[in-house]
Amino acid sequence: MGNEVDILEKVTSSDYKYGFTTDVEMDLAPKGLSEETIKMISKKKHEPESMLEWRLKAYKLWLDMKEPGWANIHYPPIDYQDIIYYAAPKKKNVLNSLDDLDPEIKRTYEKLGIPLVEQMMLAGVAVDAVMDSVSVATTYKEKLGELGIIFCSMSEAIENHKDLVMKYLGSVVPQSDNFFAALNSAVFTDGSFVYIPKGVRCPMELSTYFRINAENTGQFERTLIIADEGSYVSYLEGCTAPMRDENQLHAAVVELIALKDAEIKYSTVQNWYPGDKEGKGGIYNFVTKRGICFGDNSKISWTQVETGSSITWKYPSVILKGDNSIGEFYSVALTNNYQQADTGTKMLHLGKNTKSRIVSKGISAGKSNNSYRGLVQVSKRADNARNFSQCDSLLMGDKCGAHTFPYFEIKNTSAHVEHEATTSKIGEDIMFYCNQRGISQEDAVALIVNGYAKEVLNQLPMEFAVEAQKLLAISLEGSVG
Amino acid sequence: MDKISTENIDLKVKLLEDFREFESGLNGETKNYFHKIRQDAIGTFNELGFPVKKLEEWKYTNINPILKHDFKTTQHFADSKLSADDIKDFLFQENGVNLLVFVNGQFDEKLSKIITKNDGVFIGSLLKGRVILGEVVEQHFSKYANYKNQSLTALNTAFAKDGAFIYVKRNAAVDEPVHILNISDSRDESYLSQPRNLYIAEEGASVKIVEDYYSIGGKHSFTNAVTEIYCGPNSNLERYKIQSEGEYAYNINTTQVMQEKDSLFSDTTISWGGAITRNNLCAVFNGTNTECHFYGLYLLNGKQHVDNHTLADHAMPNCYSNELYKGIIDDKATGVFNGKIMVREDAQKTNAYQSNGNILLSEDATIYSKPQLEIFADDVKCSHGATTGQLNNEEMFYLRARGIGKEEARILLLNAFAGDVIDSVKIDSLKKKLRNTLSKKLTKEN
Repeated sequence: MGNEVDILEKVTSSDYKYGFTTDVEMDLAPKGLSEETIKMISKKKHEPESMLEWRLKAYKLWLDMKEPGWANIHYPPIDYQDIIYYAAPKKKNVLNSLDDLDPEIKRTYEKLGIPLVEQMMLAGVAVDAVMDSVSVATTYKEKLGELGIIFCSMSEAIENHKDLVMKYLGSVVPQSDNFFAALNSAVFTDGSFVYIPKGVRCPMELSTYFRINAENTGQFERTLIIADEGSYVSYLEGCTAPMRDENQLHAAVVELIALKDAEIKYSTVQNWYPGDKEGKGGIYNFVTKRGICFGDNSKISWTQVETGSSITWKYPSVILKGDNSIGEFYSVALTNNYQQADTGTKMLHLGKNTKSRIVSKGISAGKSNNSYRGLVQVSKRADNARNFSQCDSLLMGDKCGAHTFPYFEIKNTSAHVEHEATTSKIGEDIMFYCNQRGISQEDAVALIVNGYAKEVLNQLPMEFAVEAQKLLAISLEGSVG
Repeated sequence: MDKISTENIDLKVKLLEDFREFESGLNGETKNYFHKIRQDAIGTFNELGFPVKKLEEWKYTNINPILKHDFKTTQHFADSKLSADDIKDFLFQENGVNLLVFVNGQFDEKLSKIITKNDGVFIGSLLKGRVILGEVVEQHFSKYANYKNQSLTALNTAFAKDGAFIYVKRNAAVDEPVHILNISDSRDESYLSQPRNLYIAEEGASVKIVEDYYSIGGKHSFTNAVTEIYCGPNSNLERYKIQSEGEYAYNINTTQVMQEKDSLFSDTTISWGGAITRNNLCAVFNGTNTECHFYGLYLLNGKQHVDNHTLADHAMPNCYSNELYKGIIDDKATGVFNGKIMVREDAQKTNAYQSNGNILLSEDATIYSKPQLEIFADDVKCSHGATTGQLNNEEMFYLRARGIGKEEARILLLNAFAGDVIDSVKIDSLKKKLRNTLSKKLTKEN
């Protein structure tokens, strides 16, 4: 028993391994949110008038909205006037090669074990690295360009592909969708834009590494991915953040649009600063992610590994509009210390013969709370809709909580909806079995947790699966309850 | 239809006025503890008002249609006009049962029949119970059904006067089941009746209770019932609640159970009818080794709406809870299932199971299912499952290949689906009656 306590102690007291701050000169907007701030952001980004109007409309909607209070999370009220809504690295030169990249930023990535320069090329990953709000490095752009694929920062897209952006921006997550989406719509500074033309299969995994950097800077990313008819794309998003004391707000919006026969695979590994052992600090992560299977036979798949943030509020959803479309959601959410996660998905079946699959694995340790909240809705016209949901929770320690809040709203007789949920701890018999065979306590837990999460980790692209496994190991080595 | 009903009646204001009138008719009673609780409760009701859809707990159930009617509170109700013949069809067994009849929430002594004469057993009305067993009532009344954030429980508490009171003393057993027949008689007027039931099984005691709800008459009736159940250590209490009201009946039924160590509680809630029905069932485990079973069945057609809310609150270690709710929904009816298993800190070695199955029979039928787990302890085994679908085509094919007609096969399969729940009934005569009703309802539904 003593051994277990030691291990628990070691794990729960291990510091955030990726905590450091990069010193890059910053161009900051004054604190607070007003029409002026929005105008300033829009001007700085050389946006067209229509974009500014769009932002101001969102701002007006936001003013009348209330922060949602239904989630199973607790945090001190956020002062939205105490946030800097715009921060950009000052030296903004157009980079031709990666050697021009700010050495400071380069070193940051190296510390994170993400060798941007060579290994990414070898790995065949094009990286649109986001340092705070403005893209500073884009690779592989030319190669993708040959295929007609557009992969650039949001601000570039607004400048160069205005019609495409204005057509789809806000079509899946309208400005009025929710409090955080409205805020994002008003003040988003950058993000990624992807367009895959008809019939093109994107030859590599597209990837963006988000970093939150400047003190007091809320990060408002906006990502828009459009897969035209018959195309395929796999997109990776990964996050690590420097250590700090003050809570940082992150309210991103991601919109996916899959047209007829298209497929989008969106994978996330999130490891932002979760706060210290007392629950102080850490990122507030309020994200709105939604995809629409617009055309027939389209498919959207969300995979997420959530280990960071002090608060995670995130429900990647799929609107299954096209007939025979498929939505998938695979999630591993891990909470430790005082972390709180309220995450899940929404599958909205509108088209005929639509299918959805939900696999959610929650792991709670320390004094954390981990909730699954999911909605499966089958509308009247969605004949032969099929859903399968599985939500498992693993508890480590007797001070943590695991919660499941599934919602089912079925309005069609031919729907077939199934839900299963279990909650358990790592069985003593399983531990005994491993120990007996000479596998140490720590290795056994890593083995079991990896096995437990395997169904989800298997969905990740190779590059990410490795990182995800590492993340789980760092947070959970030997946490036997 | 109800002629009195208009859009403009504010039922809340009217009820607050009614309370003052009710109070003035109580004479000497206004000073005692019972009335202090009532006064506190009406204050809470005044503050909270009727529940609105914005509340998470009422997300899928809109009670506004109820509030449009001008219900009379039953203090204006004259004595029951029912005869033994009128209620004959409502009985599941004519002899060998204790029968308590309540008409619009008021005890009808002449139709009731008590056959258990054991020492230490009281079966009767709460009004009488308060005279004979005043201390027992004081010890338990309003101790379990918290009205502080439940406006309808507060409303019931404010008007609490009569209801069924069953008290089984230490180690006593009631062999004959107790049949509580609640009849809403809305032939002349629309009534709001608010029965307040209290069942107490002391240490080692055992009793079986059947609560039946029927309505007669073409006007609307609204029953807002609250039942408090106390299961002492090692006691065994079985409760069956069957709602067979007509299309003009609204029924909101709250049951709060307190279970001490080693006790066994079993509840079966069956909803056959009613326009809007809401069942709240909550069991709190206050001791180790307790066991509870929740069974439920809802069979809906027309425009019926049934909402089942259950909560198994595991506050102590080593407890077991099991829940099985099934629904068959036809026409434009709506079913809601909201089941929650709460495992509090330190409630280690908890075993909790929950299952909800639904079959939709028509294009316009709707089901909202929300099975929830909230777990704060690590050494637990909890699982829940929910399914929604239609009749299994393969099973259908199997039967039809053996020469069974389509209709017959359909009824057979639905009977089997719902039969699981009825099998949990341990009173044979009641089980038989429920099976008959089920078959009849399934056949008629075409």
